Amino acid sequence: MADFPETASQTAGPYVHIGCTPNFAGIAGVYDADLGTKMITGDAAGERITLTGQIFDGTGTPLRDALIEAWQADTNGLYAGQDGADPHFTGFGRCPCDAEDGSFRFETVKPGAVAWPSGGMQAPHVTFWIVARGINIGLHTRAYFADEAANEADPVLGRIEHRVRVKTLLAQPEGDGQYRFNIHLQGPDETIFFDV
Amino acid sequence: MSDFPKGGYAARQHGNHPVAFHPPYRTSVKRSPQAAPISFPTTVSEETSPVFGHGVIGPKDADLLHNYGPQDISAIGPRIVVYGRVQDQFGRPVDGALIEVWQANAGGRYRHKKEGYLAPLDPNFGGCGRTITDAQGSYEFRTVLPGPYPWPNGPNDWRPAHIHFSIFGHGFAQRLITQMYFEGDPLIWRCPIVGTVHDKAAVERLIAPLDMDRTLPMDARAYRFDITLRGRRQTMFENRMEGL
Repeated sequence: MADFPETASQTAGPYVHIGCTPNFAGIAGVYDADLGTKMITGDAAGERITLTGQIFDGTGTPLRDALIEAWQADTNGLYAGQDGADPHFTGFGRCPCDAEDGSFRFETVKPGAVAWPSGGMQAPHVTFWIVARGINIGLHTRAYFADEAANEADPVLGRIEHRVRVKTLLAQPEGDGQYRFNIHLQGPDETIFFDV
Repeated sequence: MSDFPKGGYAARQHGNHPVAFHPPYRTSVKRSPQAAPISFPTTVSEETSPVFGHGVIGPKDADLLHNYGPQDISAIGPRIVVYGRVQDQFGRPVDGALIEVWQANAGGRYRHKKEGYLAPLDPNFGGCGRTITDAQGSYEFRTVLPGPYPWPNGPNDWRPAHIHFSIFGHGFAQRLITQMYFEGDPLIWRCPIVGTVHDKAAVERLIAPLDMDRTLPMDARAYRFDITLRGRRQTMFENRMEGL
């Protein structure tokens, strides 16, 4: 079958907020609310957690103009739209990084494990997608949870040849359901990005 | 064909996409990953996606001429209609796809606190809009022709007129942000951001042609921009039953 060629990506640029989070950008009154500001919309089941972090460039400077999106399963490992998924949980978060320190923050629930196509389970994880000025195609990564025993059997973590880099995919617990997940675009701690 | 089980998403066609590291686009130098990415077959995490129903779309969301200013006062600038179809790489329409757009006004000025260009803001233009594709994957919105503008990169770089597009398909693997350019703009081939895409035909597919057939006489010119996202393979051999 003849494929049609995929449309090329282009950078989201410095003004991505106008289109994706206009209320954050000060453009009020066009949309009622920015998409993805609340992942929990009611009495969602599961452990409440907060995922925070910063995105660093190759000089160690945090990006203050990036936009990061989260996509994850609910506490039972079901994605919004799947039968039986938690109706009080969207699974989708979108956060413009803070204009001062570049931090992002998602208030969510800890996801459950989800199936691996050829059998077995993937450990709980949150998919992140990062766009910004200077990033020409959105960067896809995952946050796993450093204190999760199921990581040992995770088929994605298991295929990483350079074991020293696995830690770049682990959100670190900081107590009280807080996890920190810093992302490094370059350098010795460069985060693993996925071509998936 | 549609009776076959759905397989995973076909791999990204890297030759149609920009490179991460492109020194003429200076910001990419310290923001481009250097290690090789890691691949694995798409899973439920990439094959599902947030679904935004038509309920999120307000009546004026796709009308950038009127969705910001006071009632019935149109934004300033050449009126245009942008329309097209979202399909996957196998030619199947992508219905229900949320498209968000943003752009500069007709003078090349964005409504953003980090924007320093001396061209004036238009009090009746916000610069954002959104719509959802119909069952055929078609979409349409109305806006002003954005102006080109200078930007701090090289000493004299100007962006060609463009509209930013963000698209959600049926799977998070299809997530895409891109830019649409306009036929005949001499700045396109001088732009370091356009230049991040090394394949000439891939750039040409980002350039929307003027479409006189869809142009509204005495009202608005039409530009057509079709979008192709990754697609899921459909094959009877893709999804083995466990143990086979």
